[in-house]
Amino acid sequence: MRLVLRRVAPALRSGGYGVLAAGLLILVWEGYKLIGSPDGVSVGGVRLLPRADDASMPHVGQILERFGRPEVAAAGSPTVLVAVLRAMWFSFRVALAGWFGGVVVGMLLALLMQRFRTARDALLPYVVVSQTVPLVAIAPVVVGWGGNLAVFGQPWQPWQSVAVISGYLAFFPVAVGMLRGLDSPTAAQLGLMHSCAASYWQTLIRLRLPASVGHLIPALRLAAAASVVGAIVAEISTGTRGGIGRLIIEYAQSATGDPPKPWTALLGAAALGLVAAGMVGLADLALGRFTPAKGAR
Amino acid sequence: MSSLAPSPEDPAVSMTRVEKVFDSGRSGAVTALTGVDLAVAPGEFVSLIGPSGCGKSTLLRLVADLETATAGTVAVFGKSAHQARLDQDYGIAFQSAGLLPWRTVRANVELPLELRKVPRGRRRERSDELLAMVGLADFSAARPHQLSGGMQQRVAIARALAEQPRLLLMDEPFGALDEMTRERMQSELLAICERTGCAVIFVTHSIPEAVYLSDRVVVMSPRPGRITEIVPVSLGERDEDTREDAAFFSAVTAVREALRGHPDHSAHHASSTVRGVDLR
Amino acid sequence: MSALVVVRRVVTPVVFGVLFLLAWQLFVDVRKIPRYLLPSPSAIGEQVSENAADIVGSAWASGRNALIGLLLGVVAALLAAVIGMWIPLLQRLLAPLASAVAAMPIVALAPVLSIMFSATSDLPRRIIVAIVAFFPVFVTTIRGLSRIDPVHAELMHSYAAGSWATTRVVRLPGAVPYVFNGIRVAASLAVISAVVAEYFGGLQSGVGSRITSAASNTAYARAWAYVVAAIVLGLVFYLAALGVERLATRGRTAENP
Repeated sequence: MRLVLRRVAPALRSGGYGVLAAGLLILVWEGYKLIGSPDGVSVGGVRLLPRADDASMPHVGQILERFGRPEVAAAGSPTVLVAVLRAMWFSFRVALAGWFGGVVVGMLLALLMQRFRTARDALLPYVVVSQTVPLVAIAPVVVGWGGNLAVFGQPWQPWQSVAVISGYLAFFPVAVGMLRGLDSPTAAQLGLMHSCAASYWQTLIRLRLPASVGHLIPALRLAAAASVVGAIVAEISTGTRGGIGRLIIEYAQSATGDPPKPWTALLGAAALGLVAAGMVGLADLALGRFTPAKGAR
Repeated sequence: MSSLAPSPEDPAVSMTRVEKVFDSGRSGAVTALTGVDLAVAPGEFVSLIGPSGCGKSTLLRLVADLETATAGTVAVFGKSAHQARLDQDYGIAFQSAGLLPWRTVRANVELPLELRKVPRGRRRERSDELLAMVGLADFSAARPHQLSGGMQQRVAIARALAEQPRLLLMDEPFGALDEMTRERMQSELLAICERTGCAVIFVTHSIPEAVYLSDRVVVMSPRPGRITEIVPVSLGERDEDTREDAAFFSAVTAVREALRGHPDHSAHHASSTVRGVDLR
Repeated sequence: MSALVVVRRVVTPVVFGVLFLLAWQLFVDVRKIPRYLLPSPSAIGEQVSENAADIVGSAWASGRNALIGLLLGVVAALLAAVIGMWIPLLQRLLAPLASAVAAMPIVALAPVLSIMFSATSDLPRRIIVAIVAFFPVFVTTIRGLSRIDPVHAELMHSYAAGSWATTRVVRLPGAVPYVFNGIRVAASLAVISAVVAEYFGGLQSGVGSRITSAASNTAYARAWAYVVAAIVLGLVFYLAALGVERLATRGRTAENP
């Protein structure tokens, strides 16, 4: 209990500072609206400071108030809050599917690379390099899969394309982090297992896997963020309906008549990212005993 | 280097009724040192030896003004330890060489001079001198990681001597070195002390090292940390043969017995008292 | 490098890469995979050479956005980190924002930034790149500045050195590897966000907008050709950042911040 508290207390404190920081951002926003020019500030034809009018920068209050009003004027339209929550739920499930698939594939790949020298030599450079290049660029090119593929007799659903992109982004940090974790036991620890005539599987289960948890948790967090970003970007570029990414684009199109609306979808996307990271944080707490290095520091 | 030239009759270090309590006033208070009286004459070599937790490093750190005494007085060349630090009256070397990895060997040696705004030409002269003295003249442009542990420690000693201090504080400086390197470094240290004439307070775990180097060996014991005995050593001029001298062995025995408390104490008791002390 | 190391580091991955491309080519040819599902490497290669001039031009447009945004973000992060050293409150305020931003899809800001500034300028994208690049550099720089070897701290204390002297002599040089490590991470993120921000509309000048327009015309091989360009752009940024990092930290022990 004490240990959990020790881990939670700093999180609460930084959460408090986070709220304070968000409050300050709101103050800056409203402050700029007070003093800023409605046409922004341009130097040499390039607008360097944003337009401060209500159409470009709605009041924070207007944005919050917009959540409570119906999405469109038509009768029976749900409120924006409901629409945003629904879209978040859709994207969340897609991202979760992608994250889960990515984590499984990433872990298997890490095990493979740890076990076989040749697999490591052949794959690792690509895994490392792929973290540094804009792989999410492939999102638009898998659009064509929707409705044109069949897996086990089931037609390929558009959301599956999105999940594939999302998983694709999630898998790289997991593969790299897991491999680093599997490699982390010291020579002394491996020597001990060797002296006990432990098999590969025994060494894996009793030493390498527990040792990898500390490296895996940050990788899972990165993967969670990547899968959310991947899902949102993929929704936009594949034109998949129902998710928060699509909602951002849709709401942005109605920005001229309804300036606060795009901000509501944006807040939803930000909240989704935080929820995903928060869930990994909970997993971190649950697996606390495997990560002494972090607690000791 | 100091603004107030210390008068020759002042002892290098003088400690009276010094006490050091960590976390004083709280439930976890630990008395690290109590009732310490010690004077070190100019040019004298004094070693501090004792098991872990006897406060020998704390004593050294009080002299260096890295810690402040809870009670009693610590004087360095007749002034407070704090003033002596501000005046740079001492040089210090730790167990880890603590060289800045991004600086060359020369720039590391020149660091204290640089902080004192000594002009570049003068700095260079001094670092040439010091590097020649510790036998590293050829390595002035090297980076610390290119040197062996013993060489790094020699750079640290050269750095400690940069401002020509008349007091050198050394906290287990050879603790991480192998036995062969260690003995060579001991001889080199003695030669350096002879040339510079500075007083040394030397913390160590090794009885032979303490005996070989020192004019006096201060034996300490823990819980609470205190000085139990001061063993004078008179070996005269040291050289490699000294290590095989009968006088050397009898001084080693004297220190060992002082560490055990009583010369005729039972063996099992002794082993627990001297835990952490190298009896080689 | 010994022969074995060459085989491991170079030959194995190259052989694997070539085999992978061959398998892809064969798979597409033999199974008659339609182009809208997966174009073959040779079809993509054809498109690369056909569109070479435009690929270079659009890569330059995206690369410029990434570079300018990256520089803005890095400069702001270094300033914030150094100021944050003197004003701890700033650090405490920015730290939770940094972890929040790491979890949030910042590129999604593209549409609203286009409204706030202008949809016909590169500035919104550069701002996005700057925000994305700011936080990794800020976090690693703070880490580097606050990590000081206790022996170095005591040494500086024994020299009666003031806090500015300690900062100048020990902290700033000690933070250099951390700073460049952050810049390397930020460089990759910069390209990724510069390209992806183009998916959200705005100026049609960069690689990202070429990919979406080719894909919406079902010219998938051409889209893949621009994906290749994006990947090469990412590699260039990564290698450049790695090179600068090696230069800045040469002559040090192998330290891994």
